[in-house]
Amino acid sequence: MLKKYQIMDKVLYGDNQFFGVNHLSDERSRAQMMRFKDTASIIKVLDQAIDLGINTFMCTTHDRIGEICNHIRANPARYSDFNIHPCMPYAHKYANAVTELGIAETIKRYVPGNVFATFAKGGLAFLNKDFIKLMKLLIDAEMKMFEGINTPVIFIQNVLVDLILGLGMFDVFKEYDAYIRDKFNAEPGYLTMNLPALLDALESVGIENPIICTSINKVGFRMAGGESAYLKILNERKFRGIAMQVLAAGALRPKEAIQYLSKFKNIESVLFGASSKAHIAETQSLIEKYIK
Amino acid sequence: MIKTAVIGLGKMGISHAAIIGAHPDVDLIAVCDTSTIVTSAFKKFGKMSVYTDYKKMFEKEDLDAIIVAIPTKLHFPVVKEALDRNIHVFCEKPFTLSLEEGRTLIKLAEDKGLVNQVGYHNHFIGTFIELKRLLGSGLIGDLLHFTGEAYGPVVTKEKGGTWRSQKSEGGGCLYDYASHVINLIQEILGRPVKIEGTLLKSFYSKGVEDAVYSLLKLKNGLTGVLSVNWSDETFRKMSTSITVYGKKGKIICDATEVKVYLKEDDTKHGFDKGWTIKYITDFAIPVNFHLRGEEYSSQLDYFIESIKSNRKAGVNAFESGHYTDSVINMIFENA
Repeated sequence: MLKKYQIMDKVLYGDNQFFGVNHLSDERSRAQMMRFKDTASIIKVLDQAIDLGINTFMCTTHDRIGEICNHIRANPARYSDFNIHPCMPYAHKYANAVTELGIAETIKRYVPGNVFATFAKGGLAFLNKDFIKLMKLLIDAEMKMFEGINTPVIFIQNVLVDLILGLGMFDVFKEYDAYIRDKFNAEPGYLTMNLPALLDALESVGIENPIICTSINKVGFRMAGGESAYLKILNERKFRGIAMQVLAAGALRPKEAIQYLSKFKNIESVLFGASSKAHIAETQSLIEKYIK
Repeated sequence: MIKTAVIGLGKMGISHAAIIGAHPDVDLIAVCDTSTIVTSAFKKFGKMSVYTDYKKMFEKEDLDAIIVAIPTKLHFPVVKEALDRNIHVFCEKPFTLSLEEGRTLIKLAEDKGLVNQVGYHNHFIGTFIELKRLLGSGLIGDLLHFTGEAYGPVVTKEKGGTWRSQKSEGGGCLYDYASHVINLIQEILGRPVKIEGTLLKSFYSKGVEDAVYSLLKLKNGLTGVLSVNWSDETFRKMSTSITVYGKKGKIICDATEVKVYLKEDDTKHGFDKGWTIKYITDFAIPVNFHLRGEEYSSQLDYFIESIKSNRKAGVNAFESGHYTDSVINMIFENA
């Protein structure tokens, strides 16, 4: 298979602020949920980012992203150059469903159509043997909302990446990688809190120069495996790095945070979230200035 | 290497398996569950042995430790068998449905000198550790009142039906959600000895409560309120907090922040009058492998460290989990 390397923007605009994800304050998280109650209020801020020259939105496959996608499709002239990097799945949706319904019922709820009819030949027994087929169905279901929109890189969320990693089921990465390239003509990406372990795992199944989005910050926040292992990898190994949580959930000021990233040759892009135009502009210009 | 198995591959069990599987001192040699969907995934992609019958697993594998993450009702026979076989046990919360069974397991673990821990992970969140430290230092003076709360979106519709919706299996908001808050109150503020004014409310579930409201009196005389609701979809995920009101000020603590209000400057502790906010980034415990919050890794790191260093009565020992079970019983009796 031809390996296609997608060009990634340096500046990637994230979506946590729109959905009440705040690693520093539950209270701020709720305030954000109130502010971004309407999809229109999200689109307004997204448009401000686009007007500043930001062209990539990296977002969870949250139900409300579907509404934003509808808006993007309805205004093709405005968004012709706009890219989305989907990150799947929105884990809380599944986690809450598993607590409420159990695993089999959760699969039934989220796989389009009747999954057990899809696996008609042997019903549940057949499903048990074809997890890759199930994975593909779930990816298709999550990707449905992005039809007709540019999605050059498609990510798996860190909770799932790190779960597969911890369980040592590295072949799942291989299958995911192949499917994303094949079906969506996109490059697969991986979010993780465990960069050193993940890079070893991906290389062990033949995935080379992967796109990995991970916490990288001056204070070592959410950098599991230790800061020194990260620093070594950031300069010596081969992968396309996206730094996230660069402000360590707000513990660092933007300038010192982004200046710090400039010394690592493997950092290609920076993912950040902000909900005011001034903050977006400030972070964007720092990234443009310091990330080469 | 500590040869370990995970019994029960639901949400918690799978998460534990991934974390413990990545631990440098652990060899995850087996997993066990009755669900064929899950076990066949482990058979296909995993490197460990897979069992559907825990008894067979105990017979065939030479285990040092197990992690038990099955419905609460089933904890007793599995944990007992493990202890009988001299295996260290990490058991999910709540500990046991029957207090008598809980006492049997505590005694057995003590007699055998085995490491025993219950999965009340909030004790491994830096902010709650800091709350305990600040209260112990006398920062807000004599304590006058507390509120322990947890809210989240587990059951928001009138349907569903896993073991969590059956009281006899250990389901319901009190066992599943409120137990965390009770255990935090018990270990940070004091052990509840009297329960009054309990309201157990079912909003969507049939057969179990979706919310628990009680007045708690602690052994040290302090009184306060327990307020827990797992049907509140204004919360994106489970959100647990403790608010303590004292003569000199107040502290509000959750998994991300410790907010301190003082009526006067406190030079001894280095706090100014008014609000001081501290964040989890200052207190997070570094971990080797991160899956869903440091606390989940940290509690298992602690369990493994207990085995290595022969520490038996550490944080979240069976006895502590058992006390929470007894408070849960008091709340049911009061309702």
